[in-house]
Amino acid sequence: MNLLWLQSGGCGGCTLSLLGAEAPGLFETLGGAGIRVLWHPSLSEASGGEVLDLLARVETGEVALDLLCIEGALLRGPNGTGAFHRFAGTRTPMIDWVRRLAARAHYCLAIGTCAAFGGVTAGGSNPTDACGLQFEGTYRGGLLGTDYRSGAGLPVINVAGCPTHPDWVTETLMAIALEGLTTQDLDAYARPRMYADQLVHHGCPRNEFYEYKASARTPSDLGCLMEHLGCLGTQAHADCNTRLWNGSGSCTRGGYACINCTSPEFEEPGHAFAETPSLAGIPIGLPTDMPKAWFVALSSLAKAATPERLRKNAVSDHVAVPPTIRPTKLR
Amino acid sequence: MSTLTLGPFNRVEGDLEVQLEVTDGRVRKARVNSPLYRGFEQILQGKDPRDTLVITPRICGICSVSQSVAAAYALADAAGVAMPPNGELATNLILACENLADHLTHFYLFFMPDFARPVYADRPWYADTEMRFRALSGSAAGVVLPARAHFMHLMGLLAGKWPHSLSLQPGGTAKPVQAQERIRLLAILGAFRRFLERETFGDPLETLVALDSASALDAWAARDPGRGDLRRFLQIADDLGLARLGRATDRFMSYSAYPSGGDRLFRTGLWADTGPQPLDIASIAEDPSHSWMVGGDPLHPADGVTIPDAEKANAYSWCKAPRLAGGVIEVGALARQLIDGHPLIRDLVSESGGNVRNRVIARLLELARVLMAMEDWVKAIAPGEPFCEQTAIPDEAIGVGLVEAARGSLGHWLTIRRGRVLNYQIIAPTTWNFSPRDAAGVPGALEQALVGAEVRPGETTPVAVQHIVRSFDPCMVCTVH
Repeated sequence: MNLLWLQSGGCGGCTLSLLGAEAPGLFETLGGAGIRVLWHPSLSEASGGEVLDLLARVETGEVALDLLCIEGALLRGPNGTGAFHRFAGTRTPMIDWVRRLAARAHYCLAIGTCAAFGGVTAGGSNPTDACGLQFEGTYRGGLLGTDYRSGAGLPVINVAGCPTHPDWVTETLMAIALEGLTTQDLDAYARPRMYADQLVHHGCPRNEFYEYKASARTPSDLGCLMEHLGCLGTQAHADCNTRLWNGSGSCTRGGYACINCTSPEFEEPGHAFAETPSLAGIPIGLPTDMPKAWFVALSSLAKAATPERLRKNAVSDHVAVPPTIRPTKLR
Repeated sequence: MSTLTLGPFNRVEGDLEVQLEVTDGRVRKARVNSPLYRGFEQILQGKDPRDTLVITPRICGICSVSQSVAAAYALADAAGVAMPPNGELATNLILACENLADHLTHFYLFFMPDFARPVYADRPWYADTEMRFRALSGSAAGVVLPARAHFMHLMGLLAGKWPHSLSLQPGGTAKPVQAQERIRLLAILGAFRRFLERETFGDPLETLVALDSASALDAWAARDPGRGDLRRFLQIADDLGLARLGRATDRFMSYSAYPSGGDRLFRTGLWADTGPQPLDIASIAEDPSHSWMVGGDPLHPADGVTIPDAEKANAYSWCKAPRLAGGVIEVGALARQLIDGHPLIRDLVSESGGNVRNRVIARLLELARVLMAMEDWVKAIAPGEPFCEQTAIPDEAIGVGLVEAARGSLGHWLTIRRGRVLNYQIIAPTTWNFSPRDAAGVPGALEQALVGAEVRPGETTPVAVQHIVRSFDPCMVCTVH
């Protein structure tokens, strides 16, 4: 299968993240799945005219375009001209290139939250009128429109994340190449369910603190980050704490809040990222699938029952009180 | 005279277009265009100042941590807070990991593949180079990507993830290192050292760092030709005359790097007129005269304005033109090592100035020097001691954050009013190196470095131009942010 990768209004971070793919590495994974990179802006030898010749052959259908990966938001400004990003070496706005190539693609993938939904590039006043390929925030549409389907009959596959995890990209590409992908494999935001049916909360090492609402107060505290420091791990769709990043990491393992970066409009949460908005001491954003009354009841009970060890460790930057050693044998 | 437009210009970070005027097989004039604008300085306006820690790293996926550190330093400056020793050490380790991974990626994946192009098929080193460095399939990629990924396990431990970590905070880092993790960090650094000593240098790091002159470097390279990729590069550089290619202004700047206990690993300063001079940050100004930006007169970044104007006459880039006391500056590893006074780099620059060969040597030297420092920083971490001071950000304040990213000097200038970001201005390293002309018509560093480059008959994307451009390791997404 032929893969073409283009970058627009993003930071290149999804590509750099992808280079960290492990066990096996990126090139082995792609090669093993029979995926051939036609061109990638960071990795390929071809530059300038060689690339434009290749793209011309893709447009005429002489070269098959099986997988089109777009990284970065699509910039429609100023005033609908697309002039905030012209594809270098041409006078043509990147949004025009993307529209033309997407019409040729058997599968079209948005790599990262910018390409999927607009992402941070669409934050604040959205000065460049940025949007995703088939979404603008939570709204369907985006650059290609609601009705767009790639050659395989699928909407744009949103491998969201800021950045996206290397495995989310390689596993989606492998699934397509080895077995095909159907709309049943995508969630309501067209994210691959392989990773989006999980919550970041799953496997979080702070779960014991969460159970007792033993909360961190400042960065570097060991406690749960939900109550005061803005953590959305109980609501964020991703497997970051069971799959892990760069060997053994995740945001909550790194000491900071999950900001729900696989989600549309994560860039504008309506409050400071590292702060939890609350009403009468109860966080406004409650865990997914949890009725508010139960959350309130359970939290007050849990707080009353918090062991001394967790209460102290939650506001410490190292284990101040180790677990009690206790014989577990039945006697 | 003929004109050439080069683009898409790949194996650089982000979007770049270069326009050349060519006469008699040489570049006579160059114009460097950054054709992508996203508007981070506008996006930041009105935000809670702490949110800059989330937003600014996303300027760039290749130097994300550098942006984080600059934002954290700017907030720390505004709040008047200092990091505890553990916080400094962990911040240095995270920043160093990113910088070294960048140097490694640049050398192996972005820069060297150009020497595997068929245009060099008649050179004696070609067969070996083609097997080793061919883009996507050369043997080097097969060992470098795993080594890089394993090295970046340091990010998993210390920063949660890379890129776009939130562990970098004004008061230190949010990730306290436990005793077991400290030992694991030493294992990660040890494995990366062995990779560098086996594949890149073919010698202990200490041997490379001890080279103190151009002649010592030549003797070292000749002692065991072909052992390690640096020697391979030196052979190519010698054959192609890369020391005579891509000379810019020979004025260099470094903000200094890696503070630790009141000292710094690399010194601050300016290098002009063949000697070190003090650096006056107040004399920095950004000139928008040839940028698609509103405004005319140069402004200090603390007073800077970023409002796009896509229709502006005489403009040809989204990049502004930063100047130091009105002059063009080159930044990067070569500038850092020169200003810090490493004898090898001082000697190379006194011989041949800033050029393609010397920029690459400085980057690889830095790989060795910084990795050795990282080993010391890990050993100095004291688990159980604090990593982060709590920081309250004042409602009215200004702050500046200066840091060295892999590609050179990065500055963030922040103004807070009524608890919100009133203004946020960024000058990234490639903004210095790839700036367009200023109001006086003076070309930026790359624009100067390209003059005189050879254009072979029939070349539409001259390979010499590609070497020069990539020798700066440009990061265009940072440049125009």
